[in-house]
Amino acid sequence: MNMPFYVAPEQVMKDRADYARKGIARGRALVAVRYVDGIALVAENPSNTLRKISEIYDRIAFAGVGKYNEFDQLRVAGVRAADLKGYQYSRDDVDARSLANNYAQILGQIFTHEMKPMEVEILVAEVGSTPDGDQLFHILYDGTVMDERRYTVLGGDAEAIGGRLKESYADDEALPVVVREATKALSGPDRTLAATDLEVAVLSRTNGRRCFRRLTDAAVAEALAG
Amino acid sequence: MPMFTPGADPGSSFPELLKRVGLTPAATTGDVGAELSVPHATTCVALRFAGGVVMAGDRRATSGNLISHRGMEKVVQADLHSGVAIAGAAGPAMEMVKLFQLQLEHYEKVEGNALSLEGKANQLSMMVRGNLPAAMQGMVVVPIFAGYDLLRTNGRLFTYDVTGGRYEEHDYVATGSGMLHAGTVIKIAWRDGLDREAAVALACRGLWEAADADSATGGPDALRGIYPVVAVITADGWERLDDIELAAVFESIAAEVRAR
Repeated sequence: MNMPFYVAPEQVMKDRADYARKGIARGRALVAVRYVDGIALVAENPSNTLRKISEIYDRIAFAGVGKYNEFDQLRVAGVRAADLKGYQYSRDDVDARSLANNYAQILGQIFTHEMKPMEVEILVAEVGSTPDGDQLFHILYDGTVMDERRYTVLGGDAEAIGGRLKESYADDEALPVVVREATKALSGPDRTLAATDLEVAVLSRTNGRRCFRRLTDAAVAEALAG
Repeated sequence: MPMFTPGADPGSSFPELLKRVGLTPAATTGDVGAELSVPHATTCVALRFAGGVVMAGDRRATSGNLISHRGMEKVVQADLHSGVAIAGAAGPAMEMVKLFQLQLEHYEKVEGNALSLEGKANQLSMMVRGNLPAAMQGMVVVPIFAGYDLLRTNGRLFTYDVTGGRYEEHDYVATGSGMLHAGTVIKIAWRDGLDREAAVALACRGLWEAADADSATGGPDALRGIYPVVAVITADGWERLDDIELAAVFESIAAEVRAR
């Protein structure tokens, strides 16, 4: 009779985490930065149709890096959960924190119980009616949730990009400035990113009920030209 | 958080999603309309002009011979480039509009693009058809759908019957208890290529005459500051006129009537 080899749980978790991290590191990064009117999301994404950043609800946006089909599945689930909650109760009752908790549950469950963990890192951002209400929830492949205050970086090379952002970040900056700094942080000192290499969207307090708005390539180019 | 296997996925349809999670609103049964006299919403009009469409609706809801509500809004924005006007049983109509608005937004978020105007009109048609069992019991809902078609670059109007039948109108459309009066006024004065101001004035004139002759249609209520809801939809999107502009329009109609 064949005896299965004993593998320590620590080893199993480590292997899974390594697997997920490797998958995520292959993709390009994304940053979310607060600015004076809300939150700007800037992703390195040459595709104009396969989006990394999208709208979930009136004040909530979603961003994902890693494997596209996996984070897109999570995005759609989030839109559904938010729309159902808004329909059942009221639009005011839909909040990023409960969505982030839901996502964490799903990712944690899949990480421990499924064959393969999801190779994704996601962000749930909510813009408040005042700057104090802005929230950034960064959720990892294993369901770890991090609540960020000023900016956050998702995806490969996050440490270096975060270091560059930390130097340039200041409170209450204008949108073009923030887009420029975020782009510089993403590209690093050795290369430059053009508007067509980027996907940029904002959650802005000034947009009315639906705060989410995408920036066109022209608008991004103008911001980068400064 | 609702997750589905690929075979059972409701796609971008919000009503279908409601069905999967067991939240479909209960259908009204029994002859509700006759026994309880639920509030009814009345006259709405829509007409095409050079830059798009104008929609207008009075604010009165009636239960039998009583006014049940003076400030009801029967012309509502569906999404950026379209609006719905409703006449009929107010409860189911409001629920239908709420679901319709949600469906348009849900589709846009899930798919990443908004539905075409034609697609939105068809979606509403399905919802009206879904209300047929309730309509047989007196809870009739007959909406007007109007919007700016970004693909064809013009304003378009759609009217519906109880069975969900969808009819595209070219010039103007009126619905509700005062539809004959409002429709006739607009029919006589409508010209191709009206400008925004003339189209707004004509829609208001139609409502004025309907309110004058039909007890279930409310006129402008200067005493309480309640004016009909009038909205203009163009390539730039939906714009609801404010009460100051409407007060001026109705004042000029009143002056004209006085001078007769």
